[in-house]
Amino acid sequence: MKGSRGWSFIVAVVGFLYFIVPLIATAQFSIQEGPAKPFWAAYTSILTSPSFWASLRLSLFMALAAVVIGLVIIVPAAYWAFLRVPRMQAWVEFVSILPFVVPPIVLVLGLVHLYGNGYGPLSARPVMLMAAYGVVSLPYLYRSVDNGLRSMDVRALTEAALGLGSSWPRVMFQVVLPNLRTALLGGTFLVFALIMGEYAISSMLGFNTFGVYMLLTGQTRAHAAAALALISFALVWLLVGVMQAVNRGNVTIGGSR
Amino acid sequence: MTEVAIATKAPRLNRAARIWTMGVWFLPFGLFAVLFLFLPSIGLFVGSLTGGPHGLTLDNFGQLFQSQYLDAYKVSVELSAATAVIGAVVGVVLAWAMVGGGLPRFLRPFFLTFSGVASNFAGIPLAFAFTASLGPVGMVTLFLSHHLGLNLYQSGFSLFGFSGLVITYLYFQIPLMVLLMVPALDNMSRWGEAAMNLGASPWQFWWHIGLPILRLPLLGATLLLFGNSFGAYATAYALTSGMINLVPIVIGQELSGNVVFSPNLADALAVGMILIMITIFAIYLITNRNVVRWQR
Repeated sequence: MKGSRGWSFIVAVVGFLYFIVPLIATAQFSIQEGPAKPFWAAYTSILTSPSFWASLRLSLFMALAAVVIGLVIIVPAAYWAFLRVPRMQAWVEFVSILPFVVPPIVLVLGLVHLYGNGYGPLSARPVMLMAAYGVVSLPYLYRSVDNGLRSMDVRALTEAALGLGSSWPRVMFQVVLPNLRTALLGGTFLVFALIMGEYAISSMLGFNTFGVYMLLTGQTRAHAAAALALISFALVWLLVGVMQAVNRGNVTIGGSR
Repeated sequence: MTEVAIATKAPRLNRAARIWTMGVWFLPFGLFAVLFLFLPSIGLFVGSLTGGPHGLTLDNFGQLFQSQYLDAYKVSVELSAATAVIGAVVGVVLAWAMVGGGLPRFLRPFFLTFSGVASNFAGIPLAFAFTASLGPVGMVTLFLSHHLGLNLYQSGFSLFGFSGLVITYLYFQIPLMVLLMVPALDNMSRWGEAAMNLGASPWQFWWHIGLPILRLPLLGATLLLFGNSFGAYATAYALTSGMINLVPIVIGQELSGNVVFSPNLADALAVGMILIMITIFAIYLITNRNVVRWQR
């Protein structure tokens, strides 16, 4: 469509400035630790800090746990609904997007009030954290599983494998999952980006995740916090970049706001 | 006799077997959803209706009408509405500049990837980035006062209040709008070409074709932006040190035990949030379904 290019150019430049200036300001702030120190001082102080690595490891582990839990519960349900019980499809989808209407802080309130004072496995804080992350990732993982199932011929592959004498576990692990791999990667990276910066849930449950570590750093060391913000932006860029390369055009809603 | 028995028994066995297999495939999903999504939510509803001396009570919801909590809802809704509307308008203009504005093609993938990153860049690091830019000694603040003689903080602006939160939230709201609208606008640019070839002016095109087609997708995307901001906690908490009166922040105060008030009141606050989110989402689903139907 033809139109004057002038306005769109101005709009694009103003938009670009709004999005790039905070990053430049953060970068500039992060290299001004002090006149006596080299400009990379804030970065070395973070990268040599054991609590930085501990928090990063914890968040990575929790993200991995959320993805594994999510896939273990969603893949069989979505697959079976797709293959044999089409009327369940709408229900699986509905339940999977429900976490959108329960904000993270509300979810953690519900979990703590229900299980927090009890005994047993559900009252263990790590279980609550993993469960909450699993719930938060449900919509994203469901979306990628659903995309994957739609992009392959589930029925033909399943029947071929069964006809050749495969058992159901073998169908799942050697036929369905390998075919879902590419689609699942997209959702997986998105969930990692989401959970890497998560703050509300983990701070309420008392965990020193990456998000909590960032906030604590910000309260005492402003320059290190700016460096952390840039590192975290680079991490999100990496994860979302890979996600988009793998899985074009997936719209993302929610996040570690 | 035996034949009859087999004939009547076989289907029943089949049904049992079918239910059993259904159970194997759906049970993990259903159990997880019940334990960690439904029961906690039901618990909040029950909690919000109890806690009084004699069983069921509406006292907790009555307390929501106290000025402090009413104000929290008001500020939360205003913040979400402001960032949703501004984000929607700016996002659509930006997306249209990219799709139909004749900008070089090679910019498009970069633009979309950046939107994906920025819409996911939120929470604590986003708050830091804006403190470094628009905080009292931020780069932009200093630039404006040194070079343009404009002192933001003397003219009443604060990054750590409502207007600061709006500006910060827009950093993830605008890109989300871009991502939501680019597919619809891609279609629109084809319509635009057709209309222009038939001699329509841009104004005629937008008034008679563009807006009527985009009305529902725009409404739907704006609602998603509203929901996206309504539940946000980390960004607001980090920017204001928890000093702004938003519903998520108030709920967080109860959870972290910083402020002593009844857990049942927190439940009621949370139920209020869920009800608002359900309303928003229901309107979205209804309008979205119409969009899908129209496209068929």
